[in-house]
Amino acid sequence: MTPAIEVRGARRTFRVKGAMFQPDKHVVAVDDVSFAVPVGGVLGVVGESGCGKSTLARLILGLLPPEAGEILVDGQRVLQMDRKARARLIQPVFQDPFASLNPLRRVRDIVGLPLAAQGGMSSAEMAKRVDEMLVRVGLTVEMGERQPAQLSGGQRQRVAIARALVLRPRIVVCDEPTSALDVSVQAQILNLLAELRRDLNLTYLFISHNLAVVEHVATEVAVMYLGRIVERAPTDTLFHAPEHPYTKALLASVLTPEPGLGVPDVGLGDSLPDPSNIPPGCRFHPRCPVAIERCASVAPATTPRNAGIVECHLVPTIAA
Amino acid sequence: MTGETLLEVEGLRVEFGASVAAVRGASLSVARGQTHCLVGESGCGKSVSALAIMNLLARGGRRGADKLSFAGIDLRGMSDREMARLRGDRMAMIFQEPMTSLNPAYTVGSQMAEVLRRHRGTSRRDALDRAAELLGRVGITAPGMRLGQFPHQLSGGLRQRVMIAMALMCDPELLIADEPTTALDVTVQAQILRLLAGLQRDLGLAILLITHDLGVVARVAHRVSVMYAGEVVESAATADLFARPTHPYTRGLLECVPVPGKVKRDQPLGSIPGVVPKVSPGFTGCGFRDRCAHANEICAGDIPRHRTDGDHEYLCRLPRDWAHAA
Ligand SMILES: Nc1ncnc2c1ncn2[C@@H]1O[C@H](COP(=O)(O)OP(=O)(O)OP(=O)(O)O)[C@@H](O)[C@H]1O
Ligand SMILES: Nc1ncnc2c1ncn2[C@@H]1O[C@H](COP(=O)(O)OP(=O)(O)OP(=O)(O)O)[C@@H](O)[C@H]1O
Ligand code: SF4
Ligand SMILES: [Mg+2]
Ligand SMILES: [Mg+2]
Repeated sequence: MTPAIEVRGARRTFRVKGAMFQPDKHVVAVDDVSFAVPVGGVLGVVGESGCGKSTLARLILGLLPPEAGEILVDGQRVLQMDRKARARLIQPVFQDPFASLNPLRRVRDIVGLPLAAQGGMSSAEMAKRVDEMLVRVGLTVEMGERQPAQLSGGQRQRVAIARALVLRPRIVVCDEPTSALDVSVQAQILNLLAELRRDLNLTYLFISHNLAVVEHVATEVAVMYLGRIVERAPTDTLFHAPEHPYTKALLASVLTPEPGLGVPDVGLGDSLPDPSNIPPGCRFHPRCPVAIERCASVAPATTPRNAGIVECHLVPTIAA
Repeated sequence: MTGETLLEVEGLRVEFGASVAAVRGASLSVARGQTHCLVGESGCGKSVSALAIMNLLARGGRRGADKLSFAGIDLRGMSDREMARLRGDRMAMIFQEPMTSLNPAYTVGSQMAEVLRRHRGTSRRDALDRAAELLGRVGITAPGMRLGQFPHQLSGGLRQRVMIAMALMCDPELLIADEPTTALDVTVQAQILRLLAGLQRDLGLAILLITHDLGVVARVAHRVSVMYAGEVVESAATADLFARPTHPYTRGLLECVPVPGKVKRDQPLGSIPGVVPKVSPGFTGCGFRDRCAHANEICAGDIPRHRTDGDHEYLCRLPRDWAHAA
């Protein structure tokens, strides 16, 4: 079957003006990334702040062209699709709801916009769909009359989710959809996303920093570091037998609700990588607690492993 | 110095128009060198409380308080000018959504430098040096490049760290941080939390930290207050709150926390059924009663605030040992 999302060798950099008298720099956001998400699957994407997750999301949504590689959604090149058809197929829920919601419009107009853009629906029908959606994400119809600034952060996030789902798309790209929510409301939204997925066979790309959430919703998880996927595995495998040292560090950094334990130092050091100056060899080697000599000069190959991949010299090659 | 109360808020009230009572008599205090965490349901009034303390409420918001003092200064009578002088200097805030407080038209460097120039009259050059130093401390490499970038060119997490660095420009005594690490991955989050703990130790920084992440709360808070529908419904020292949560909302909240490695994938995540009621001025009774398994007719009337030893307080009709019977 055609995968819902297929990314082949995608690459995207950004040019950043150099400081005075300095040459311009190239920030590598996504570097030769390939993967596929089957219909009905949920790929969780985790990784360091700034490693390219949102850029990957924008490539998949067709909001940004890749410099190299191909991106197919439902078997079609996303950049070549008709905009209306694309909107019915794939929708985003973005990270920063304040930046992505027009502050001057009423909530119900924001949620109804994708419907209006499609055309051909009576305003009564549109109003009904909007009301249904508002209630479905846990807002009230009355809140539809407000502007985004009159809502709390979590309420705004629900507006963004309602807007994404109002067209009933088949693929939803969620970029930190619940990070602004308290755990109870977060659970309600995640349960809603899970229910919709089950009922409508939706496919999600799900970016989150909350590893427990990813563990709950994802069927497979990709771990990104400096623009590359360094490990990808089925969810259970990734959480119970992580292999890449960066994945291990991520899992060790999770703060469980146990008072008195303090904040762990997982030994990655305090300086984060510079995406305009990617280290040679394994890009994680300057911070890797178990690096060997070879890591500084030779980039590890993409090794098939446990129905996924790992990029690390220390992980032996075993056929999947 | 540590331990001395720096911020004292009593009976804080905020209303918007005639129909929204966003904060209804909330009290909390933050001591020097300590972190007080504020948690609670989305929309319960955490950000509005923080904004009210800083006198930054949106137009239409009205603030009242029985007490609102910072370092012994009564903030209630302060003019906007005087408040503006304190803000960003002795008391700084990190906003929930970084894009609301970063100006899209200016580079990161000029915005950060402006804070020091305004409050201290520092030269642009020195201010930029300080900005670069702080970006480094929040884990941003190539600070020189980042200073020259505009906010939209940064990832969510970079923006968030810029906000954190900007709040620290003038070495504030009080930092109010509204979800400062939610946009960050867990390794960077840990680094920022260690940085804040370091400032707390070295400079006696007092922190009011608003967060949904109960893992963060457990690890960094000295004291926790739980808000619901505009009220502080429970407040206690951290270990005590986690060991003996007493308000039914607090108990429900703690039960919802998903812990990695212990997640049951085939079951829905735990949540508290129901939604927050619409709370208008004049609302009486317990705000949680529509969702509470223990509600009865008493809950529609005046609810007692219990104060137990060790400063553990909660707002509920139930006796203090109801959930912890020996
Ligand atoms: N300008 C405004 N006008 C009217 N109502 C407002 C305004 N700002 C906030 N509110 C309301 O006040 C209540 C408290 O909002 P607040 O932003 O403090 O919530 P919060 O606890 O910070 O929630 P979250 O965790 O989602 O950020 C919400 O119900 C919100 O809708
Ligand atoms: N328009 C742009 N111009 C210049 N650089 C950009 C632009 N968009 C993104 N970048 C850079 O690309 C890199 C990846 O950014 P991206 O937003 O994809 O990260 P992310 O993984 O989503 O991070 P976060 O978890 O912090 O949201 C960052 O270094 C960022 O500064
Ligand atoms: S006062 Fe009543 S409704 Fe409110 S939490 Fe206590 S028992 Fe439940
Ligand atoms: Mg992002
Ligand atoms: Mg808030």
